[in-house]
Amino acid sequence: MNPLVPVQRLGTSTLDILQELGHASRFFADLIAHSGTAFRRFGLTVVQLHAIGNRSILIIAASGATVGLVLALQGYITLSPYGQADSLGVLVALALVRELGPVLTALLYAGRAGTSLTAEIGLMKAGEQLSAMEMMAVDPRSRVLAPRFLAGVISVPLLGAIFSAVGILAAYVVGVLMIGLDPGQFWSQMEARVDVLRDVGNGIVKTFAFGIASTFIALYIGYESEATPEGVARATTKTVVVSSLVVLVLDFILTALMFSAP
Amino acid sequence: MGRRQTETLVGTFVLLGMLAILFLALKAANLASFSFESHYPLLARFDNVGGLKVHAPVKSAGVTVGKVSSIAFDGSDYRAVVTMQIDDRFRFPADSDAKILTAGLLGDQYIGLDAGSDDRKLNAGETIAMAQSAIVLENLIGALVNSKAAEPAARPGAK
Amino acid sequence: MSTEPLVRIRNVTFGYDASRVILNDVSLEFPRGKVIAIMGSSGSGKTTLLRLIGGLVRAQSGQIEFAGETLDTTDSEQVYAMRRRMGLLFQFGALFTDLTVFDNVAFPLREHTRLPKGMVRDIVLMKLNAVGLRGAAPLRISAISGGMARRVALARTIALDPEVIMYDEPFAGLDPISLGVTANLIRRLNDATGATSIIVSHDVEECFAFCDYAYLLVNGRVVTHGPPEELRASEDPEVRQFIRGEADGPVRFHYPAPPIGEQLGVGA
Repeated sequence: MNPLVPVQRLGTSTLDILQELGHASRFFADLIAHSGTAFRRFGLTVVQLHAIGNRSILIIAASGATVGLVLALQGYITLSPYGQADSLGVLVALALVRELGPVLTALLYAGRAGTSLTAEIGLMKAGEQLSAMEMMAVDPRSRVLAPRFLAGVISVPLLGAIFSAVGILAAYVVGVLMIGLDPGQFWSQMEARVDVLRDVGNGIVKTFAFGIASTFIALYIGYESEATPEGVARATTKTVVVSSLVVLVLDFILTALMFSAP
Repeated sequence: MGRRQTETLVGTFVLLGMLAILFLALKAANLASFSFESHYPLLARFDNVGGLKVHAPVKSAGVTVGKVSSIAFDGSDYRAVVTMQIDDRFRFPADSDAKILTAGLLGDQYIGLDAGSDDRKLNAGETIAMAQSAIVLENLIGALVNSKAAEPAARPGAK
Repeated sequence: MSTEPLVRIRNVTFGYDASRVILNDVSLEFPRGKVIAIMGSSGSGKTTLLRLIGGLVRAQSGQIEFAGETLDTTDSEQVYAMRRRMGLLFQFGALFTDLTVFDNVAFPLREHTRLPKGMVRDIVLMKLNAVGLRGAAPLRISAISGGMARRVALARTIALDPEVIMYDEPFAGLDPISLGVTANLIRRLNDATGATSIIVSHDVEECFAFCDYAYLLVNGRVVTHGPPEELRASEDPEVRQFIRGEADGPVRFHYPAPPIGEQLGVGA
């Protein structure tokens, strides 16, 4: 085989990736540009908030509760040999608010809402609904994509907060009500050590970033999917995989930026 | 699903989210004690700040009255200069002293202010005259080892 | 009423990529108030013509003219303004599956007009009545049959009374009754509103029954055009093969292959 062929292929793949990246950036810019409609016609966004947000509350709350329960158990087991069981509240709160809340919420969101967005847009494209809308002189980016994007960006921070709050309450149930730790210590140590801006604030900033990223990815992959049943199926898988990876990488970057300097 | 119903449910969702954020901010974090009062700076010089960190609390009589805003090294007298932001509501006598204390046995370090009895109060930017450095664990152990080593010589008959 | 054709396609060449040219220097004219059929076998570029007129795709060379103005796909305002005067009925309806029948037909009215709710309701019911589906207004799209879906889509297409109505394969896969209903609807709508109807189809008999004029496309070229009687009487072998539905002719039956004897290993 011609030794240059692998090099050629590498070059082509790189160019393809660059082109895809450029295409995706344009799509993102379009989304932002058309967001005005999502605000002006907020009714459309409300419908999407219901589909994306409300329908995710149950899984987010359930996951938050179980994660809180487990954190409390594991935390107690780890801390009590050192006599530091009273710090359980701090441990759980910081773990949830800084990391687990934003990241797990984003991953669950990508799986539940992200795939449904991708499938919906993909199927609309396959059924020529988007072309029909264009032929009726209505821009699908304004009417269909922008409201979903805005709804996602609003939903994820709210869901993240719910996850963390429910987790902390669940930890309270385990730590104080079941194990019998002192509630005063539980809450007061937490209040002393968890900082509003640094911990809660940064956590919310993370959820914003994750929300923007995963909603954009879901919409883009759906929009670019092949207009066949297999194409849509592959697209939903792709959404989960890409969203999850991007969220994890973003988390690393944001954590390094936010929490490395004391 | 009626329009009314959808909007009500969405409103509930947003409300839940806001409540969660509020809960986290107030109950879990320190927003309640996040004073929006203005502060004034006070300085203190220490031989050794130990593990004191920026944002560490400044307490008097066990109550938080401010926090550490910066820790710097003074090259001229080789001491650490700590700047504290104290709540405007509290003024301390000129002969107050500052100690670096540890919360619990192995906890974080903070600054404890003991009020003096002087009539004159410290103004913004002034330095606290008396400052006791942090107790560094290694020095403590070193002192203990040395005193143990000196003991047999001090009590010759004991065995 | 002006005698200028409402839509004009001039010397248009189009291909999705450089290797496959779908339309090769074609020119067509669509006079006002007439029903014109564009016919040809599958893949001859008929649907592409509709997409070109609607500005969904852009030709490599040539122009599309609508009401005397040349279509410029880079000027989205112009394209959108023109589209408000057109209607395109997609082959399978392309209805919005998350809305009801009523909401689908009301969609263009709600998006482009500020008519009060009562008027919108009246107009929607009238359009549905024209296609015979007024009673189906509250149904969800998943609850209606394919034929009904196409009729709902037609009601939606004419909601704003467009000057040009385009039909993409309106007869494909319909039973005889629906065929008759559809043909009837197209003709009556055209005459009642004075619109121009462009039908893309390969159903010769149905089209010839009611259209005023027809174009025949083979391999991306306009082979012939004229009123149905003229085309039926044509001596051109390509035209005859299509009109008569002959299996073999200028469009070969066999896909190019070596002689069968060779492939089966049998002596000639």
